[in-house]
Amino acid sequence: MAVKVRIPTPLQRLTEGKEEVEGMAGSVIGLINDLETRYPGIAERISDGGKIRRFVNVYVNEEDIRFLQAEQTPVKDGDEVSIVPAIAGGQTACS
Amino acid sequence: MGYVNGLKCRECGREYPVDPIYVCEFCFGPLEVIYDYKNIKKMLKRKTIEKREESLWRYKELLPIDGEPQVGLNSGFTPLVRADNLAAALGVRELYVKDDTVAHPTLSFKDRVVAVALTKAKEFGFDTVACASTGNLAHSVSAHGAKAGFKRFVFIPASLEQSKIVASLVYEPNLVAVDGNYDEVNRLCSEIANKYPWAFVNINIRPFYAEGSKTQGFEIIEQLGWEAPDNVVVPCASGSLLTKVWKAFKEFREIGLIKKLGTKVFAAQATGCSPISAAIKQGSDIIKPVKPNTVAKSLAIGNPADGYYACHIVKETGGYAEDVSDEEIIDGIKLLAKTEGIFAETAGGVTVAAAKKLIAQGRIGRNERTVICITGNGLKTQEALTGHTAEMHHIKPNMAAFEEIFKKIS
Repeated sequence: MAVKVRIPTPLQRLTEGKEEVEGMAGSVIGLINDLETRYPGIAERISDGGKIRRFVNVYVNEEDIRFLQAEQTPVKDGDEVSIVPAIAGGQTACS
Repeated sequence: MGYVNGLKCRECGREYPVDPIYVCEFCFGPLEVIYDYKNIKKMLKRKTIEKREESLWRYKELLPIDGEPQVGLNSGFTPLVRADNLAAALGVRELYVKDDTVAHPTLSFKDRVVAVALTKAKEFGFDTVACASTGNLAHSVSAHGAKAGFKRFVFIPASLEQSKIVASLVYEPNLVAVDGNYDEVNRLCSEIANKYPWAFVNINIRPFYAEGSKTQGFEIIEQLGWEAPDNVVVPCASGSLLTKVWKAFKEFREIGLIKKLGTKVFAAQATGCSPISAAIKQGSDIIKPVKPNTVAKSLAIGNPADGYYACHIVKETGGYAEDVSDEEIIDGIKLLAKTEGIFAETAGGVTVAAAKKLIAQGRIGRNERTVICITGNGLKTQEALTGHTAEMHHIKPNMAAFEEIFKKIS
């Protein structure tokens, strides 16, 4: 068993079209670096200098990692990680 | 004409040509319009602007269009009201109300952004415009779009108040009421925007649309006699207006229309939806999303797209943020109405009440020049005041009855 990672559509080109891939337990940032070894180019789309990019949301078991331990949030086998770009839908001005 | 160089990602700086796109393909950051300030500086002088029609298009070189303005030719250039009565009530010397309660044609600042968005939609060749909205934006897209001859799709949460629905329907857009809350409507619209070749003003036209908010900032400076105020208080929903008012001030300095710029920028929110104010008060720039619960529905965005940038501007300029309860919002609306004769919607009550707190705290100096941004008309949200207004005097149609209540009044 490994960590399950859900990949958003715009990044599936880097994962051979796969919606879900598996990664190594450890920390969130470790997991992203691990994905990079199999899917080159993915890490810089999600992170910059070891930090998750501001407009990319990462959830561990549906909890936003900004409210856990951010990049250092631990992930263990069986956890589900979702990578969701925060594109304006769902955030736009509503007045 | 046309002084736009292109679009640029606010996060990673990648550049894009002018297209109906809004997100950086690489890092998912928001795209922003970049201008050729050198050439604008050469041609745009105070005198040039002063000779033009009194509309938001008098600053057209600093708006993201290629040709001449096509929509909203009478929008913008709302009064900057010197508010001496309100100033006295709040204990400050010099206070102004930027009064978008009388924006043309639908009485809110959304008429500015939609004028720019629909002009851009024409330039891109769209025949259909659309938006997701809970009120002001729906009205403005419906009205501006009618005049400009667009097909219109307006998506609203089905639970919206009847008065707001009528104020859209009268312009005969295709009004689609969705069984769901605003976030769900918005998600649906993102999917629709991907499939249909429409100009969704607050989705794929957003970089252009948002630039329209700058005109409120340009006008404030021009109407103050080409000076920036010491303080400006801006209500925050997505945070976009605050960032654009500040961008406007900086652009005027950049092109030499003002020399000095030392404005402190203050954010106003309702306590029932205050993710931006909370972050500023905590000295953080991490916006923690909230579930809105406030009478100020037009500001109820729990996960504000420009919150991060708004926090930084407030910090960078030495401003601060305040948030206010529903009761304070109602009191703010009433205070503005009885002192200045201006009936603002709930967002205006937020701004007045937040300004009051900031003045009381000494964060806004009593001898400084302050502008508060009032963004929409109270006639649209009258239900918020039900049971909170003064009472009327009900009499029989004769003099004795009048004399009797007149004695009580005086």
